Order: sequence, then C-alpha cells, then structure tokens
Amino acid sequence: MRDTVRFRLDGVLHEVRNPDPTLTVLRYLRETLTRSGTKEGCAEGDCGACTVVVAEQAHGAAVFRAVNSCILFLPMIDGKTLYTVESLSGPHDALHPVQQAMVDCNASQCGFCTPGFVMSLYAHYRNGADTNEGAICDALAGNLCRCTGYGPIVSAAKKMGEYRQIEEVSPAPLDTDGMLALTYVDPHTGAVRKFFAPQTIVQLGELSEMYPDAVYLAGATDVGLWVTKRLRVLDTIISVASVAELRVLSETKDTVEIGAGVRYSEAYQALERLHPDLGELLRRLGSVQVRNAGTIGGNIANGSPIADSVPPLVALGATLGLRKGAAQRMLPLEDFFLAYGKQDRQPGEFVEKVIVPKLGAQDVFRVYKLSKRFDQDISAVCGAIKFTPDRGIARGVRIAFGGMAATPKRAKAAEAALEGRPWNEAGVRAAMAALEKDFAPIADMRASARYRMEAAKNLLLRAYRETNGESARVLAEQAMAYE
Amino acid sequence: MSKPGRAPQKALVDGGVGESLHHDSAHKHVSGRAVYVDDIPEPPGLLHLCLGLSERAHARIVSLDLSKVRGAAGVVGVFAVNDIPGDNNVAPVFKDDPLFADGVVEYAGQSMFAVVAVSRELARAAARLAVIEYADLPAALTIADAARQGLELEKPQRMTLGDAPAALAGARHRIGGKLVIGGQDHFYLEGQVSLAVPGEDRDMLVYSSTQHPSEMQHLIARMLGIPNNAVTVEVRRMGGAFGGKESQAALPAAAAALAAAKLGKPVKVCLDRDDDMILTGKRHDFEIEYDVGFDDDGRIEGIETVLRSRCGYSADLSLAINDRALCHCDNAYFLNNATLVSHRHKTNTVSNTAFRGFGGPQGMMGIERVMDAIALHLGKDPLDVRKANLYGAAPRNLTPYRQTVDDNIAPEIIGALEEKADYRARRKAIADFNANSRVLKRGLALTPVKFGISFTTTRLNHAGALVHVYTDGSVHLNHGGTEMGQGLMTKVAQIVAEEFQIDAANVKITATTTGKVPNTSATAASSGADLNGMAAQAAARTIKDRLAAFAAEKFGCAPADVAFRSNRVEGGGQWVPFADLVREAHLARVSLSSTGHYKTPDIHYDRATHRGRPFYYFSYGAAVSEVVIDTLTGENKVVRVDILHDVGRSLNPAIDLGQIEGGFIQGMGWLTTEELCFDDKGRLTTHAPSTYKIPACSDRPPIFHMEIWKGRNREPTVHRSKAVGEPPLMLAISVFSALVDAVASVCGHTIMPNLDAPATPERILFAVEGVRRASAPP
Repeated sequence: MRDTVRFRLDGVLHEVRNPDPTLTVLRYLRETLTRSGTKEGCAEGDCGACTVVVAEQAHGAAVFRAVNSCILFLPMIDGKTLYTVESLSGPHDALHPVQQAMVDCNASQCGFCTPGFVMSLYAHYRNGADTNEGAICDALAGNLCRCTGYGPIVSAAKKMGEYRQIEEVSPAPLDTDGMLALTYVDPHTGAVRKFFAPQTIVQLGELSEMYPDAVYLAGATDVGLWVTKRLRVLDTIISVASVAELRVLSETKDTVEIGAGVRYSEAYQALERLHPDLGELLRRLGSVQVRNAGTIGGNIANGSPIADSVPPLVALGATLGLRKGAAQRMLPLEDFFLAYGKQDRQPGEFVEKVIVPKLGAQDVFRVYKLSKRFDQDISAVCGAIKFTPDRGIARGVRIAFGGMAATPKRAKAAEAALEGRPWNEAGVRAAMAALEKDFAPIADMRASARYRMEAAKNLLLRAYRETNGESARVLAEQAMAYE
Repeated sequence: MSKPGRAPQKALVDGGVGESLHHDSAHKHVSGRAVYVDDIPEPPGLLHLCLGLSERAHARIVSLDLSKVRGAAGVVGVFAVNDIPGDNNVAPVFKDDPLFADGVVEYAGQSMFAVVAVSRELARAAARLAVIEYADLPAALTIADAARQGLELEKPQRMTLGDAPAALAGARHRIGGKLVIGGQDHFYLEGQVSLAVPGEDRDMLVYSSTQHPSEMQHLIARMLGIPNNAVTVEVRRMGGAFGGKESQAALPAAAAALAAAKLGKPVKVCLDRDDDMILTGKRHDFEIEYDVGFDDDGRIEGIETVLRSRCGYSADLSLAINDRALCHCDNAYFLNNATLVSHRHKTNTVSNTAFRGFGGPQGMMGIERVMDAIALHLGKDPLDVRKANLYGAAPRNLTPYRQTVDDNIAPEIIGALEEKADYRARRKAIADFNANSRVLKRGLALTPVKFGISFTTTRLNHAGALVHVYTDGSVHLNHGGTEMGQGLMTKVAQIVAEEFQIDAANVKITATTTGKVPNTSATAASSGADLNGMAAQAAARTIKDRLAAFAAEKFGCAPADVAFRSNRVEGGGQWVPFADLVREAHLARVSLSSTGHYKTPDIHYDRATHRGRPFYYFSYGAAVSEVVIDTLTGENKVVRVDILHDVGRSLNPAIDLGQIEGGFIQGMGWLTTEELCFDDKGRLTTHAPSTYKIPACSDRPPIFHMEIWKGRNREPTVHRSKAVGEPPLMLAISVFSALVDAVASVCGHTIMPNLDAPATPERILFAVEGVRRASAPP
C-alpha cells in the first residue's frame, strides 16, 4: 500500500503524500505549483481551458491523452507523466511547433483558451497530427474559443507538422507497485477522507465490502462535478481505473466485452467496427478530453436518463455484469435502470463489465443523437433501433431511447407495432404513433416535450427511409463540403 | 553623433501601420505566460470572496441569517448591505444596481452578501449556508409580462421619418409580422475576476478584468466613501469581454474592494462560471413587430416598427442600447416613411447589458426579417429586394435619425460579393437541390451590414494617452483603452511606431491603469483604436515635434525639414539614429513625455427628438451564407460563408480578419445554438457550458471565404481606418435569413416561416411543420 501520489512533470518526479483526494490537478498546478498557464474556464470539463496531457506507457507505446484538469483528481495521475502548457517551450523561450504554428496563424486573441487549445493540439501532434479537417475538429471539440471563430486554430493544426521537430520528453514508466491508499485529514474540519486505487478485482471486491457507501470513481467526468459544482465532500472514494481486470476489452466471435474501467476512447474502435453509427455516436459523446477519461461503465453506473451510450447498447441487447465480492450476476442492461437516479445495484456491488452482442450480417441497426450543438452536447433525444429483416418482415425489434423518460428506456409499444410485421412505411407510422404510449417526455432547457416526441417519431421514419436507400444527414453535407 | 547623407530609403519600419503584426501577447498566450488577474502571484495573506445570490426573482427579504456562514470553516468575514460605508451602488448610469440587495431582491441571482474565507472553496461552501426567508412579490419575468403591466424603464421612445401611417395606407402592398430574438451570454472564457489590495492611508489598488477601469475606480471610491484619487484600477488584459466586462465587472470589483478595506487584507473574487452566468447581464432579448408597405419592386414606402426589449431589473446601459437598436432599424436601407417605437421593459430578471453590437444587431434583425417577408410576398429573390431598398442619392440618403448617409459603399460591396460568391448560380443550384431532396433543404441569403461608429452618448467619444520616450530610445506606451483580445494594444503600438518611425518592438505596451490616464471611457462601441489610436498619435506627435525642433537646431535646418524615417532622424543633409537623438535631446533638457487627447469631431445627438449625427461614419460589410436543414429533426449546418467587409484602411489586416471571423461565428452562435432558458420562477437554467452552447470548432462553416474591402475612411480617422470590433457580428444575420429561406423552401416559398431566434433544431422543426400546415389544403 502506498500513501504517496507520484507523477512526473517536466522530467521531475513529484511526490505528494496523502493529498486531499478530490484536489483537482488544476488547483494543484495553479495553487501549489504556481503554474498558472493552465486556466479554469468552467470547472466542469466543458470548455477545455484547463486541458493538460497525461501520458503513460501502454503495451510498449507512449499514449498521450488530453484531459480536463479541472475535474481530474490529483490521485488519478499517479504513475503518469503530466504535460502542461509550460512543459512545451524549450530553453530560451523557443516555442514548440504547436505553439509556433498558433502564433504564425494568429490563432490567439484574448489568449485565455489558448493554453487548452495548445495542449489538445499537442496531444493531437504526438498522436500523429492528422491534418484532415474533420479529425482536427474532433481533436478540438472539447475546447471552446469565443474570440477567433476557430479558423486560425484549424490552420495552426494543419501547419504544426511542417515545423522542424524538437526533442520531446518521453513519458517514463514510474514504479507504482502496491495499491494507492490515501488518508486525508481535513485541516478545517478534522474529517478523515480516504481514497483507494485497487489494482485487482479481488482488492476491489474486498474494499467494496469494507466501504459499501464508497463512491466509485473511473474517469471523474461526472463525479468531478459533484465536487467542483455541488461542493460535495466525498468521504471514501474507490477508483476502478487501475483494476487490471476491469481494463480489459475483449472480443469473441459474437460479442464485445467492455470492462468497467475501459475508457470511451479505448472502446471506440471496437464499437465503431460493430456499426459506424455507434462510432459516430461515440465521436459526438463528450469530447476528446471526456472520452479520454470517462468510461462506458461509468456512464451506465450513474444511471443518467441522457447517458448516450445506453440506448444503442440496449437496442443491441447488451448484458450488464455486476459484482459484489466474489459474487457475479448478469442482467439485461435495460433492467439495471429502475427509476430516476435509482439503479439495480446493491451496496458494495459494482459494475464489472458490459457484454455487447455483435450484429448479424442481415441485422439492421441505427443510432441517432439530437442536440442543440453537434459536438460536445448532451442529447435532447438519443434513439437506437435494431431488427433482423426476414423476407420483408421485421423480427427481433429492439428500440431504445434516451432523453424520453426518467431512465434510458425501451419503446416496447413501438417494438410491438413493428415486430413480425412487414417493414414498410405503414408499419413504421404505426410504431411512430405507438411512441406516444411508450413515453411522456419532459420539457427542459434541452428541448420541449413536443420536440422530443416529434423528433423521436421522425427518427423511426428516418431509419425506415435509410433502409430504403434514402440517406439524408446534414453532417454528411458538411463532410462533403470539407472535400 | 550625426552622419552625413540621407537615411537609407527603407520605406517601412518593422511593425508599422498596415502590417499584419501578430498580437503583441501571442507568444505569451501560447506558452501560458500571459498574466490574467487570477494569475497574478498571490500577495501574502490573500483571502477569497464568494457572493451569496438570491434564489427568488422578486421578494422582500424577511430575514437574512448569516450566522452559519460566519461560523463555517475558514471564514474570515461576512458582509452585507449594512457594512457598506458609502453608496450601495455599482450601476453605470443611474444608482439602481446595489452591491448587496437592500430589503428586497429583484432577480434570481442578485447579490445579497459576500463571504470571505481563506480559500475559494471554503468561501463557496460557506456561501451556501445562509438561511434566508423571503416573502415573494409579483414577478414580471418576460417581455409579455412587463408589457401587460406597463413596466418600462422610461417612456416609450419614438423615432420618426416622414408620415408612416399615410404611406402605409397608400401602399400597394402591406404586410405585418413579428420576430422574437433571444438574448446571449457573453461567455468570455475568463470569468469575472478582481483582486483588491489595500495600501497605506485608505488607498486601494484593484486589479480588475474590466473594459472600464475608470468606472470601476469611481464606483469603488463612492462605495467606500473615499476620493477617486485613493483608488487605482489596473488591467493588463482580459480573457475575453465582448461588452460583458463594461458595467458587469463593477460588482465583483466593489465586493473585493469592500472586503479588502474592511479586513485590511488583499481579497480576490474569481466567480465560478455558474455564478457568473446567473449574476451578470446579457444581450437583450427583443420582440419586434412590423407593419410595412411597399411597391411592386419591394421598395419600402412606409414602415411602423415596435421594439420591445427585456432590460431586466435595472437600467444599466439599457437606454443607450435601445437607442442604438432604434438607430439600426434601417440597417443599410432607406425607410422612406418610418415610425419606430422602442419599449424598454423592466423585468425581474438579470439586468441586461452591453454585448458586441449594443442593440444594433437586434434592430437590424427586424429589418432583415422585413426584407425576407417582402421578397416572399412578391415572389422575388430577397437579394433584389434588399438592393432595391439600399440607401442611395438624396433624398434616399436620410436615416430615421436625420443623419445623411454620405459614405455609402453597401451597393458596391454587395455587388462585388454577389459576383465573388457566385450568388445567382448557387441560388439556382439550391432550387434544383431542394426540388430533388425530400428531407434536406438548403437555403441561401446575402445580407448587408451598415453599422454606426461612435458612442451614441456623444460625451463619451474621447480618449487619452501617455507616452514616454526613454534615453535609450525605447518607448513606453499607455492609453485608456483596454485589451480584451481584440488586438487594440498591438494596433496602437503600430500607430506610435509609425509616428516615430521606429520598429514596433521598441514600443512597450503597458497595463491600462487609472493612475496613468484618468477619466476614460469604456473600451466599447468598437471605438478602441479610433479613439486611443488618435490620442496616442497625438502624444507621440507632441514629443516628435519637440525632437524635431531640437534636431532642427542640431542639423541647422527648419523643424519642418526634419524627417523621421526607418529608426532614424534626418535633416539638413545629415541623419542620426533615433536613440541617439533622444539621448542628446534629454541632455539638452527636452521633455520626452507627453499626454495626448482626442475627441471625435462633428457628432451630436438629441435624445429628446432622437435626431442628430450620432455617428462619425459607418462601417459596412456583407455576407452570403448557405445552410442545410433536416426537415425531420431541425438539425442544421452552415455549409458555406462568403464575406466582404469594410475596415477602411486596415491598421492590421491579420487582426481585422480575426475580428471579422470571430465576430461572425459569435453572431452565428447567437442566432442558432445559444439559447438562454429561464424556468417559471425566473431562474436561469442554462448557466454553464454544459447547457449553454456557444459554437464549437466543427460549427465553423467548412467553406469560409473572407476578404477585406479595399478602401479608406472618407473621414480623417487614424490612418483612415475604420472600427471593426462589433460590425462583423451582424454579418451572421445572413445565416438566420438563409435558415428562413431553407424552411420556406419546404412549400415553395409561399408561406413566410414563423422562425424565431435562436434557430435551434426545435424551432426549425416547428417552423417547418408550421409552413407545411399552412400550405396544406384545408
């Protein structure tokens, strides 16, 4: 057991003994290390001004992840190499190619978002510096700029590979043997807070039974906000991010199995192979920074009615694996969500994995997400449909929606309207009408109830038309314009 | 030591006027070394302040129990209305914005008290412990509520030209309609922040992220009951402002100063994003109704327009903002006969404030909607209707406020853009596309911009500067303008470099401070370079004249024959490096420091009649936007934009293009994805980037052409340049009109879509459905 968080920054080993477990990396940088280049813009992981790069060696290669330091707790960078905007410049103020490209393209105005952009671009640079405009927009989707209109930043991203490369600091492995177990005594209240980062599922099981009320932490893309926005004090945190067994992503002939500690970005390729719509949904889920931290397991475990990964997985017939101590149980994913904010999870029980069946060659599958903004926005409606056409008859119909009820939910009436019937417009219109029985959506700042219902119906119509060769998506028009 | 002969004939110095010099802080921005207020090394003993905000829109405060706040961990002080020694006021014009609520709260989010603790987190935690008992009062939350109850900040303002009722009665065609336009949060990436450091006597030094240091200084002094000379306000740079750090910076700055004065310790307030968005004012939302009469060509004969805006609970800058809205109800068009009425509604919501365009964009949205409606009514291309209505030769050059449009280049810009953007061919291609596409529909629009430059409040149109030349020839530049990312400091440095004919690298840019240039106007109204550039030029010229007189003596020539060129000074067949002349001049006891002042000539405005010449000149531009909408979901994309924009003779083309592009995208956000939502209790529900969606990188149109119009200001502005801060925002109205065009295509342009702003997917889908319903056979 270790009580010291260790990480590298600019070639220097930093050791912090028993820090406040929910001290964010941003605050540590700004307040303790007085490195003020990294900025706070929103403290909720939505603007990217605080972006830093966390690097580590994985499978023999260096992996560079842009993440939001405002909702990243200090213990989460244990064993990693951290890069901040100050890390990039060489001696004598020599700018890194990323920085020089930003200057040369006039890509900063007020400059406040700039360090975050520089770090997102730095990760993009170290990961291959794809100059495709769509890839650049994806790399920058988690960074907001209010001054430039982005054009000069995109230009910089295209240009940064043209400069002479400089010698880079490589992430070096750090000895992190033994479970990180922190005890922090709040100097103002005397309260004791604990943080554990078990490394095996057995350790995780034991800790879960020992601390049944503990908060589970994976990427902190949600839990981070409990601290920065709701000012919650978390007494005991168990991080699942270092549990080897939960970090496994495996495939069989018929399934993809995703451990609860697998980040969105790590699961992307496997899910994108499963169906391009799933890849497209993941591309639009959060941002690079969010997908580099958050996990599908966490997205499920939190039970949000607008969790984007859930509707497609439900439509695909995914199974959820839960574990308590050594006891495992499996249940259909949709059965996990009992009511708003209430999941079928016992104290001490945790999400272990989700098992996603692959599509058959004949299966039809579609996922659609509707939001005010395409990138890095939360769905007003997210819908998925799957069925197997059998000589013109729809069989095995599964439809699931997010944003339409207090939980992600199957549209059983709409499914029934389609099941065993000819896949034609009349049938689809009947299913559209049946959605009225399935859902009574709420109105909020993302959409009115009427919009949610109308749009959900139209998504079924879209699925029907697409199976008839009529594809019409505005993002495809944009992609065409890029070419 | 002077040398014989003429200086080498290098035409320019490095970084003179017209060069695309990078932003002066670019290197610091990209390396994290640019210091913003929250980055200033913390003074010893620094304390942190958090504000306690009202949860009710309109209520009497029955009791405000702060004992738990006081007793919370780390708390050092708690302050409310009774702790203020001077005026409980942070308002810019009238004394109607209290620092802390006094007996009554008038919007959900109003500041009620401040708590100061040893850390920001402890202050925030403590602020939530207040026990407040409210007695709710009736709350007017919407424009409709306030209109029904007759709640207005002042009497309705009228601007008239000719006889609109008669013209309307006699017009061959007459239509009416209504447009609702949402507000906009500034979403500067750096939130409101101030650091107050008490000094000796009762002095107070405040570092504030503000566009208006002088106003901060004066308000803090009156709030503390001390003279202005005891307060110094300084700002090196802001992390974005857009109008949101003009009056809105005052409350946090005053709170920090109050706590610092009371505790004798430095105090910083750095608002959490949610608090910032809930507490501070935004762009005014408007409702605009029009009744317009026109001829067969779509030429307006008469128009009556009623503007209603939601001002919020106090006046702030709302009167001037709504005046500017009135002054832009014409945009680039001659209205012939017009009655324009403006209602400034008082509501129990946050007090709306300055935002890039300052009411102008809303006024222009109204008349551009009218153009689209006329075109649809007559079955014409909206561009032809727009062209038919442009200002022209007398008598078609008279604005509703009786200023004549003498510098009109809108027809030329539109004509050139129409060609460059291939408007007519694309119009046809889009019609073909729409005929063959059931779900996706495209839309196209070209809209012009004519934006009046000057504060409509004439007395604000002046600026000061302070320039020192040191004995090594390096120059220290200071002026009243503030840097918020717009590149003002760079431009003014270029102007001074040009004046002395030295490299811009020798001109030191320094923080704006009330201690160097006093009694300044806000850096606002796009006026920064116009006013401060002229003031700095004047200061530089004063020093230059002294140097020239000294050089003339030295060279044995007339002062008029002394020339400054390429880092050298020459005359009488000799030359000397600039730095050498400076050193010699100093030894000869020549003053090398000067102030400079500039006031805009020839402008005047009478608010009683809404007539005069409020604007020194107009900035012009035009944009063509093409959009595609999804008629099943309302999703939409701007796929191509072409812009031609007038900046006079550009002081710095790179910086001007940055303003054009950034302004356009910000305007596009205002009209598409940025939606402010309030619940039925008047609480803002979109108070963070998770719910309030400004444009992201991929929202930028994939095809984006921008060009600066080659021209010069006909007025003698600094180097014949024009203001550029605000006007480009309104180029984005073309996006909104293109969306209207796309929706109208659903039924062959026979029904005017009822599309309000922002055009979210939801509004677009409903507008499509509305058009379909209206065109369906009964």
